[in-house]
Amino acid sequence: MSRRVFRRYVLPTLTIAGLIALWQVLCVVLDIPVWLLPAPSLIFQKLVEWGDKLPLHTWVTLYETLAGFALAIAVGIPLAILIVYSEVLQNTIYPILVIFQSVPKVAIAPLFLVWVGYGAISKILVAFLVAFFPIVVDTATGLNAVPRELMELMKVLRASPYHIFKKIRFPAALPHIFSGLKVAITLAVIGAVIGEFVGSDKGLGYLILISSSHMDTGLAFGSMAILAVIGIGLFVGVAWLERVICPWQTTEHQ
Amino acid sequence: MGLIPATRGSIHFRDQLVTEPIQDVGMVFQSPVLLPWRSVLDNVLLPIEVMNRSRREHAPAALELIDLVGLSGFENKMPRELSGGMQQRASICRALITNPSLLLMDEPFGALDAMTREELGVELMRIWDEKRKTVVFVTHSIPEAVLLADRVVVFTARPGRVAEIIEVKLPRPRGLETEFAAEFKEYVDRIRAIIYAQKVRR
Repeated sequence: MSRRVFRRYVLPTLTIAGLIALWQVLCVVLDIPVWLLPAPSLIFQKLVEWGDKLPLHTWVTLYETLAGFALAIAVGIPLAILIVYSEVLQNTIYPILVIFQSVPKVAIAPLFLVWVGYGAISKILVAFLVAFFPIVVDTATGLNAVPRELMELMKVLRASPYHIFKKIRFPAALPHIFSGLKVAITLAVIGAVIGEFVGSDKGLGYLILISSSHMDTGLAFGSMAILAVIGIGLFVGVAWLERVICPWQTTEHQ
Repeated sequence: MGLIPATRGSIHFRDQLVTEPIQDVGMVFQSPVLLPWRSVLDNVLLPIEVMNRSRREHAPAALELIDLVGLSGFENKMPRELSGGMQQRASICRALITNPSLLLMDEPFGALDAMTREELGVELMRIWDEKRKTVVFVTHSIPEAVLLADRVVVFTARPGRVAEIIEVKLPRPRGLETEFAAEFKEYVDRIRAIIYAQKVRR
């Protein structure tokens, strides 16, 4: 086993495993009440116990997250392109976006319930709303981050705006877009859970809410663990996509 | 060359007033500004693509240029795999691929170390010998100017005005050994005197 493998994979795994073991030991030794802080073994037991129902709740939250994220990409990237290319839109849409961003999304979530009802759509919209802003901002930043000399070169060559976009600006923006996507995907998970908190009858957020109100702390922790796995998994997925689509960026960073 | 409007005076190219970027010009900047997601060959062919010309037709010419600047074998490497000097060589190829009659070089070797700089200077003269382009070369190095140029246009600093135009009549081909010639030193001293005189007067 090389030193690098040890540092990158083994060391963090051991640290996390050690912390969980410490948690277990403290719960048992200090005799902490279950409703206050359940031991990891109990959380695991709960996860097994709920094994037949958890997949549905997990799927619902995952679906809401991904749908919100996809919507945020579909709206965010074209909007950023419009903002960068049109000064009028930059001076009209952009301020509105900033105002929207400064409104706490938790405050808007109940309104979605009123507007679109109790179903998945209200959660998707909250996930979309929180994921959307970093995508717009980072895409716009990326499109403007082309070296000045390169733009001059394009002018000298009398390149068409379409060519400049396709061959220079968009590829140059990709690393920025991906850093926006990485922030957005983790926010989308939070958005979906907030949406479920406000009003739902399924999903991991719903499960956390009802289990805490029943003092079933073990199940709440179990649901949170699944949420963490979803969040990490999606983040890793986007990071992997970045390495595949823009390898020049990631290798530079290593 | 039409990128920024002239604050005063005008630019003429072949008796035509220049108001917007003209074709038939190749540009080399201080930094190579290669696209990091494109190989050396694809970077050299970029101008061809944006001018809607055939890539296939120009690929042999691109490979020839890559060979001319001493990068053969590196055409499929990515810019990050190349040293600064090699990247600048690639950007010279990119400037030459459209076969322009005028090559504008804005401190092209300014960001390179002294040894690479000398090497590329000699290299540029070799390329010039083969391609015979008109080259406008901006530099802060007086020896570099004297070594490369037929005419050195000395500018004053702030305001940037032409102080004097000096014809360099050193025989060609020139090489690094040219720098040891007494005449070479005379030219360098003369230009330095002009620049220094300007600074004292301020």
